[in-house]
Amino acid sequence: MQALDVLLKGRNLARLLQGLWVTLSLSLAAIALSVALGLLVGMLMTMKNRAIRAFCRLWLETIRIVPQLVLLFLVYFGMAKAFDIQLSGEASAVIVFTFWGAGEMGDLVRGAVQSIPRHQTESANALGLTRGQVYRYVIIPQTVRRLIPQAINLATRMIKTTSLIMLIGVVEVLKVAQQIIDNARYDALQAAVGIYGVVFFLYFIVCWPISLAAGRLEKKWA
Amino acid sequence: MANPLLEVRHISKGFDGTGVLEDVSLTVHEGEVLVVVGPSGCGKSTLLRCINGLERIDSGEILLRGKPITGEKRDLVAVRQKVGMVFQSYDLFPHMDVMGNLLLGPTKALRRPKAEVEAEAMAMLKRVGLEEKAHALPRTLSGGQKQRVALVRAMLMKPEMLLLDEITAALDPEMVREVLNVVLDLAKEGMTMAIVTHEMRFAEAVADRVIFLEGGVIVEEGAPAQFFHHPKTERARQFLNTFVYEAAKKQSENSADA
Repeated sequence: MQALDVLLKGRNLARLLQGLWVTLSLSLAAIALSVALGLLVGMLMTMKNRAIRAFCRLWLETIRIVPQLVLLFLVYFGMAKAFDIQLSGEASAVIVFTFWGAGEMGDLVRGAVQSIPRHQTESANALGLTRGQVYRYVIIPQTVRRLIPQAINLATRMIKTTSLIMLIGVVEVLKVAQQIIDNARYDALQAAVGIYGVVFFLYFIVCWPISLAAGRLEKKWA
Repeated sequence: MANPLLEVRHISKGFDGTGVLEDVSLTVHEGEVLVVVGPSGCGKSTLLRCINGLERIDSGEILLRGKPITGEKRDLVAVRQKVGMVFQSYDLFPHMDVMGNLLLGPTKALRRPKAEVEAEAMAMLKRVGLEEKAHALPRTLSGGQKQRVALVRAMLMKPEMLLLDEITAALDPEMVREVLNVVLDLAKEGMTMAIVTHEMRFAEAVADRVIFLEGGVIVEEGAPAQFFHHPKTERARQFLNTFVYEAAKKQSENSADA
């Protein structure tokens, strides 16, 4: 139980939890921004204007093709080199993850809106509801139901992917774990597996309830 | 059958240059049941959809109680509150239970008090044998049950007229009956209806008048007894024969089995 000893030594456990807090706060900031922007982007994506749709398409393809790590390097190092804009690692992380999340979220919104069959609108129209009422009582509730499970899925993916930001100098949970392991290299060589196990566990207890909730909602609203 | 409730005057409608309805005129009187039959793609559904403003007509006009409901100044919401429509696809709102579906139109579009509508809704559900399903979700209902709920939903708006667009076409055969019985009931009570259907026997039983539409044109119009047994036009005869042929084939299969 070398890992446990190392973990309980000094402020190691507190620091690990602090790292988890960095992971979570940056994730939550990016997720909140992504949801807000994504709703807007989704509506743009369902518009008939070709230029807007082409732009959204390009954006979506970019974030899907370019690895998140490359985007992080581009913003963190690239901006400094090209425009002499010195962004902190945290700011770069929120920018990149919002850029990614808002695009993906937008596509989810687009899919959810377009998946509502046309006859739902027609039968609501046939009941003499106004345009606003059709949206409020028929289209939006169904869109949100289809959206929430997938949006939650995206959120867990974003939380996990924040582990990359240690590569631009942000000391989040995984970086703290590495530091702890490095410190203990000479007196507790076997601790690494255990410490990474703890990190695994931390990610798990954050993401699992979210996945569970997504599964529940999916079943309930299927 | 005194007053014309609905008058369709010389309407034409095309999609992307191909004509779907060409110069169609018809009248539906109060309390009358008009059945529209014809081969697929003849424009039957488009005709009903034009009446309810789901499609815009290219020319002609449609009048409800003498007032035009087409043209620039039309108030579609007001028209749809008076003309109910039920579709082929199960079009209940899946995120609401049966009662929620029934209450939406009357309480939101007509702004009637919820308790009052709820009592009416329960009474009508009872009539169609679905009172125990009031709080079931649509996906737990069979196709026939869904269509009966859809009929009740349309009727609760107290429409002056009902448009039924192939409401049994997507149903399993054994469920067709339970839905059509409700429609027959409504006809007996004097509900004005325009019905598009492929159920020829039902058409004959429910219709006061039959219109045979083909290629967007009214080919024949007449009383059901005359139309179904002594059609005047060759096209109507051929069309009706396709149904007879199916029946004959079934008979010969049955006798081969026996």
